[in-house]
Amino acid sequence: MEHLGYLFAAYGIIFVAIFLYVAFIWQRQSRLEAELQALETRLKTISASQRREDTQDSRV
Amino acid sequence: MSKRLHNLLGGATLVSMLVALYMVFVWVPTEADQGIVQRIFYFHVPCAWVAFASFGLVAIAGIFYLWLGGQIWDDLGCAAVEIGMLFCTLVLITGSLWAKPIWGTWWTWDSRLTTTFVLWLMYGGYLMLRAMADDTPQVAKFAAVVGIVAALDVPVVIVSVRLWRTIHPAVLVTRQGGHGLEDPRMVVTLLVSLAAFTLLFAWLLMLRFSELRMRARLGTVAREIALARFRAGAA
Repeated sequence: MEHLGYLFAAYGIIFVAIFLYVAFIWQRQSRLEAELQALETRLKTISASQRREDTQDSRV
Repeated sequence: MSKRLHNLLGGATLVSMLVALYMVFVWVPTEADQGIVQRIFYFHVPCAWVAFASFGLVAIAGIFYLWLGGQIWDDLGCAAVEIGMLFCTLVLITGSLWAKPIWGTWWTWDSRLTTTFVLWLMYGGYLMLRAMADDTPQVAKFAAVVGIVAALDVPVVIVSVRLWRTIHPAVLVTRQGGHGLEDPRMVVTLLVSLAAFTLLFAWLLMLRFSELRMRARLGTVAREIALARFRAGAA
């Protein structure tokens, strides 16, 4: 069981690095998802108010 | 559909990783000469495989970007290069952790190690270029060229143990032909680990690629809002 430390260090580093990378992607993805949702809601609001104004203009 | 595929691939990766770990730590016999530290090899080689596959994909995406254009190819290259760098770094670290007890040194300027380090440096340059320069089509084209040129080092890394005098073990294909694994269980363990890492690669690529596509969609929506506001102001 000589050099057991090297073996566990190698496997430990691999899994910690992969875990950190996945956590990093997930964090960025959830932030982007929230941002995208907010922007899409804003776009819908702007488009709806634009349509209302266009309808009022055509009536006048 | 896409979310379901993500979860399915993530689950398959987790299960295959657990199976590979069981085989590495419990099932496979200990190598006679190197002892327990040889077990690093079962994850070291798959890390190298993922790094090479990623860099190959960067080159393919770069060729398609230069040929056809299209943000999708640039995004694919960006996603792949990040994964490639992660696994290339892990190859260098796990290789050093194996080398210390076996060779008595953390690092030596052996042909395989040096060509791998050169590969790491070149793709490190690619990532620095993407991080420091603006996100313009010119930068994307330049990065595509760097990605293609750097990938030429991948076959050099692979054949380096056959081309030059080296102390790095040629385990998969020895200089005399055949492979250097003495027990069939070692071959099976390596194959299972390779399969697990291939699934991991596909999952990570999918995660990172979908994030980059989401970023592109964010840009489109922001432009649409600016246009709608401009129209409202003009009216």
